[in-house]
Amino acid sequence: MLEIKNLSVEFHTDGGVVHAVRHVDLTMGEGEIRGLVGESGSGKSVTAMTILGLLGTRRARISSGQILVNGRNLLELSPAELAKVRGRQLGLVSQNALSALDPSFTIGSQLMEVIMWHRKLSRSEARKEALEALRTVSMPDPEHKLRAYQHQLSGGQRQRVVIAMALAARPQILLADEPTTALDATVQKQILDLLLQINQEFGTAILMVTHDFGVVAHMCHTVTVMRRGEVLEEGTAKHVLESPTHPYTQALIAAVPRLHAHDQAAAVPRAERRLHVFQEAAL
Amino acid sequence: MIAMIGRRVMSTLMVLFGVSLVIFLLLQLVPGDPARTILGAGATEDAVAAVRAELGLDQPLPVQFLGYLQGLITGDLGRSLTINQPVTEIIIPRFQNTMVLSAAALVICVVVGIPLGILAARRQYGIFDRIAMFTSLAGASVPVYWLGLMLIGVFALNLGWFPTSGMSNPRNPEGGFGDLLSHLVLPAFAAALVPLAVIARMTRSVMVDTMEQDYIRTLRAAGVPERSIIWKHCLRNAMPPIVTVVGLQIGYLLGGVIFVEVVFSWPGLGYQLYTAITQNDMPLVQAGVLFIALVFVLVNLLADTTVGLLDPRTRRKVTA
Repeated sequence: MLEIKNLSVEFHTDGGVVHAVRHVDLTMGEGEIRGLVGESGSGKSVTAMTILGLLGTRRARISSGQILVNGRNLLELSPAELAKVRGRQLGLVSQNALSALDPSFTIGSQLMEVIMWHRKLSRSEARKEALEALRTVSMPDPEHKLRAYQHQLSGGQRQRVVIAMALAARPQILLADEPTTALDATVQKQILDLLLQINQEFGTAILMVTHDFGVVAHMCHTVTVMRRGEVLEEGTAKHVLESPTHPYTQALIAAVPRLHAHDQAAAVPRAERRLHVFQEAAL
Repeated sequence: MIAMIGRRVMSTLMVLFGVSLVIFLLLQLVPGDPARTILGAGATEDAVAAVRAELGLDQPLPVQFLGYLQGLITGDLGRSLTINQPVTEIIIPRFQNTMVLSAAALVICVVVGIPLGILAARRQYGIFDRIAMFTSLAGASVPVYWLGLMLIGVFALNLGWFPTSGMSNPRNPEGGFGDLLSHLVLPAFAAALVPLAVIARMTRSVMVDTMEQDYIRTLRAAGVPERSIIWKHCLRNAMPPIVTVVGLQIGYLLGGVIFVEVVFSWPGLGYQLYTAITQNDMPLVQAGVLFIALVFVLVNLLADTTVGLLDPRTRRKVTA
């Protein structure tokens, strides 16, 4: 369904050419959740943005490769054709949940606009769809939220709206670029669970860009590890987590202590206990 | 929001007070005695002293200023020294003519400048962007009076498309709107060019900034076409700084209009001010400068209020 072949992206900076992505191959099947893991600057976000055609700078150049969605090479599409692929086949949930919504328009008007670009609907039908979209992402009090501006929502609620917008035209693949970085720890898990639920309910494939193997363990079927623009290793999440071949992958996994059984038992309940104490104190 | 407008009105009044004080003091520094201006060169010392007493010029400065302020509040700005009429009666019709010219120039600035900036921002460093930004830099550097003379030379004298000067055809003073329009084109364009260029450049840079925002990427990723991205979402979010710049450029426009009126013999406030300055007619100069300052301050009050209304965060508080 999504097939990236030999993709290379370079940035032409004043200090010379930076090879951000080198000869990357990546495939995703229907309903698959693939983790794309690596440290900052490993090329994982650049890969995701290249798929959407949203590198957003004249300095970037795609020097080789193909990005095939259902057999169609996105790199050969006109801007208008690409705009139709976005939303219908590809959706984006970006990392800056707090600034990802237009501050000048209401949540409802943004959702309705996206819906109406993809489907021929009247305003009232689009409004119903927007309401339905907010319900899908478990937004509390959705009728009222349609009339709200982004500054009136919490970080987690904003990210739910972003997910609702990305899903508005039922894309086959959701690109989630570190979707929980800007959020509170308690909200992070809610958002990840929402993405899992969407995957199960609609069969949406998810490319989960993250630096956190905890996220991979929580939700991914398969995983690709990147470093310095290259793919180091890939495989099923279980296999890579249990027997990573590359020392870099081993180091990344070791950087997440709660993956180990004894830490998990100790760390998580302690956090929950602390939460209970706070809640009781608040009462 | 209402509290904000109230605060702005208060500070506007303070500014106007400051402006009237500065104008009053500046004119004290100008050489020349109003009494001698009225009486002419051959007047006797006694006659000059008598006129000075009549005008209150023998009083100490603070007393003169208080009298001047009192006049301001009651709408009495004094009498002209050269034309024996109350200053307000001379100024108000001239002021209207100036407003016609300034409004026309402002329309050109906004209708041309903002779209120019948007189109340039759409393809940053593209060929259109480079040409538009080079031209506007050149435009912003052209002195208004030189441009006025060039326009007259090319479009009025050589091509004969437009009249050279004035506000209406002297042989047919009631020429109607079409006649006014043909007299308006050249001076309005001359007055508009510099602020237009500044507005275009500012619009471009604000738009470029806005286009890089995360929420624009969200909308693009959701498949919203470029047309709506640029003209709806980017423009709407870029509006507050653009409105502020337009407000400030209106001040520049009013300054430029003085030169334009002189070059094109437009019977406005600027032309009147120019004559009043050369004739040492101080009450008339005072009143003219005060009018221009008043317009400038009011326009910026309006711009700031609009900016407040454009932001959903401040607007909410009105309804709450």
